[in-house]
Amino acid sequence: MFDLTGKAALVTGASGGIGAEIARALHGAGATVGLSGTREGPLADLAAELGERAHVLPCNLAVPEEVEALIGRATAAMGAVDILVNNAGITRDGLMLRMSDEDWAAVIDVNLTATFRLTRAALRGMMKSRWGRIISITSVVGAEGNPGQANYAAAKAGVTALSKSLAKEVASRGVTVNCVAPGFIATAMTDKLNEEQKGRILSEVPAGRMGLPAEVGASVLYLASPEAAYVTGATLHVNGGMWMT
Amino acid sequence: MSDIADRVKKIVVEHLGVEEDKVTENASFIDDLGADSLDTVELVMAFEEEFGIEIPDDAAETIQTFGDAVKFISDAA
Repeated sequence: MFDLTGKAALVTGASGGIGAEIARALHGAGATVGLSGTREGPLADLAAELGERAHVLPCNLAVPEEVEALIGRATAAMGAVDILVNNAGITRDGLMLRMSDEDWAAVIDVNLTATFRLTRAALRGMMKSRWGRIISITSVVGAEGNPGQANYAAAKAGVTALSKSLAKEVASRGVTVNCVAPGFIATAMTDKLNEEQKGRILSEVPAGRMGLPAEVGASVLYLASPEAAYVTGATLHVNGGMWMT
Repeated sequence: MSDIADRVKKIVVEHLGVEEDKVTENASFIDDLGADSLDTVELVMAFEEEFGIEIPDDAAETIQTFGDAVKFISDAA
């Protein structure tokens, strides 16, 4: 349904479960994809699976110089960055009473500041071509809060507010800026939960199941599509009804 | 006209999509050439790129007309 032929998309955190599905969705719609992440092995595997139109672009978002250079590398590889998906993120969970400055700063640096830097770098090309899509993966936690995740929730809420502000700045240039906020998604991380933990989580989800990474990918694909040109500054909640605006 | 003025004019014409003869010494980017605030930022960044200079924000605010831009760049380059 959605056609991204001729568009180039850079996806950060593409070595993770959700990031890989986002890349598959965009690639499946015809886009050329740049796969970024810290673990080169999974990125190379994904690129091999996708075949043509896939480029591996390793980057550590905790290193400002690498973040600054990434858009240039992606542009050299793909010719442009028409779609940027800020998906990469880290957690350093702990109750705030015992949260160290280091754990606070690490999460803010990678999840919020790197998103700012990468988005800023990607903007010029998009504004010049009068077409662009910036999509950041946030979290239900950024809207609802979660004990043990003050740093993560603050970073995700920060990305949401950044996106709304930027959406207003660049709307006249054909560039949209949106967020996708997943709830509980079945990934390697949630596989480690025991049955009791899973049961407690699912009791809060009206849909009665965890979401699939591909369901996040499909939401990103919609926001990246030409059809979503009039949607900007929005957050698409993909959470089975566990939290509603 | 100087080489700098020619290059500045080319950027302005391309970016704002205006006729070359509208870009006169006293032409204001916003009032006469139809630029919005985002255009003025993009113009400044294009000047920086073209001439390999840095234009600080407080200086950028003083660049209101084509003549202002040529003068600033001539002094800086």
